[in-house]
Amino acid sequence: MIAAVGLRKSFGATVVLEDVSLEVPAGQCLALLGPNGAGKTTLLRVLGTLARPSAGRLIIDGVDALRDPDAVRARIGMVAHGSYVYEDLTALENLRFWAVMAGLDARPDRLRERLQAVELDALVGERARTFSAGMKRRLALARVTLGQPRVLLLDEPFSGLDRQGQKWLGEFLLAFKARGGAIVLATHGFATALAVADRAVILAGGRIVLDRPAAGLGRDELHRLYDDLVETGETVPR
Amino acid sequence: MPAYARRVGIVLWKDLLVERRSKESLNALLFFGLLLLFLFQFSLGPDRARLESALPGLLWLGFVLAGLLGLGRSFLAERENDCSEGLLLTPGDKSAIYLGKLAANICVMGVVEIVILALFGLFFDVDLARGLPGLAVILPLGTVGLAAVGTLFAAVTAQVRARELLFPVLLLPIQVPVLLATVSATQVALAGQPLADAGPWLQLLAGADIVYLVIGLLTFEFVLEG
Repeated sequence: MIAAVGLRKSFGATVVLEDVSLEVPAGQCLALLGPNGAGKTTLLRVLGTLARPSAGRLIIDGVDALRDPDAVRARIGMVAHGSYVYEDLTALENLRFWAVMAGLDARPDRLRERLQAVELDALVGERARTFSAGMKRRLALARVTLGQPRVLLLDEPFSGLDRQGQKWLGEFLLAFKARGGAIVLATHGFATALAVADRAVILAGGRIVLDRPAAGLGRDELHRLYDDLVETGETVPR
Repeated sequence: MPAYARRVGIVLWKDLLVERRSKESLNALLFFGLLLLFLFQFSLGPDRARLESALPGLLWLGFVLAGLLGLGRSFLAERENDCSEGLLLTPGDKSAIYLGKLAANICVMGVVEIVILALFGLFFDVDLARGLPGLAVILPLGTVGLAAVGTLFAAVTAQVRARELLFPVLLLPIQVPVLLATVSATQVALAGQPLADAGPWLQLLAGADIVYLVIGLLTFEFVLEG
């Protein structure tokens, strides 16, 4: 579903990603771990066609993302750092706007249903300006579920969510995988990564230093590997 | 309704709704317009002959300065919560976003221009009635010309740190044909002459509008992609 080969991204002389190759088949989730500045967000932006790589190849759902980014955009759902929420619109109006922009069904009853799924139905007519960071994140997740994306790219999706929200999101991601979707999830939460992901990838200094199946990894082992690899910058062979 | 038209419509709806609720641009523009009229009134004094020759230029100076203020802010809402990134991710022709934003800017500028025009007549004791049919043609044409380039450059400068400085520096030189044509045509209209006397200026204005609109439609996607 996602195949990235030799991705490189540099801003002037600063290299942010170097020779990043990864594969996420349908029905799988890849957790992207790494310290701040490791290149996780840049990699997600490249995968989401928001940034063009300086070198490398990227195929998403069979489409060459560098040649036809627009076709890829119709296949992905992205929750980035920004929530893409207009502060002066209500929750329902925000969803209506993004639904029409994406060419999706924008009937109010359907939008309300989406808001109900993220437990924002009680705040349907409230302006987003009054929402907490967690509520805006829920609204962003409701936006992503408006369409039927084949790929989800999520940057710290659990941050700001309360316990109930985290539980809902975990279940949603498992259901998305079960329907054959692919997920790339950048996170600092090792427990959530291991609970949802099929593979764990550690990025350090813009390079992949570890790419392992999550099933064989315990939380303690992942912690130990993370500390060792981020400190030394060594790479563990796949 | 075709998807393209729906997307133009929803951007227009969103921008006008945000403006109606925040009133950020409209309040600032109306206050600014009022301030300009006060200043013009004081600086020109009661000399009627001088006033009449300066009126068209003053009127458009007010529109352009208010327009600079309003157009420059039109992409600020997109910066909040990275909404411009979300717009970039929406599939389809991005020129629909440009057209929606342009239409919203024209609506806001139109309201401000009507208020400034009414106050103008009041402050300077000008009989606007005889010039109104002509102004009804000149104002929309001039506003489209201003907004077409202004909307594009507002997108160009939205992510730049010195955007308040860069925006007018980029916009004003390109607006020279529009400003020349609107001021000259307005002079004809306010003098009560038939609009046909301003024919060449109106042709220049319409031509500039078409060129600016086409450039905006063709280049907006590249601007948004950065």
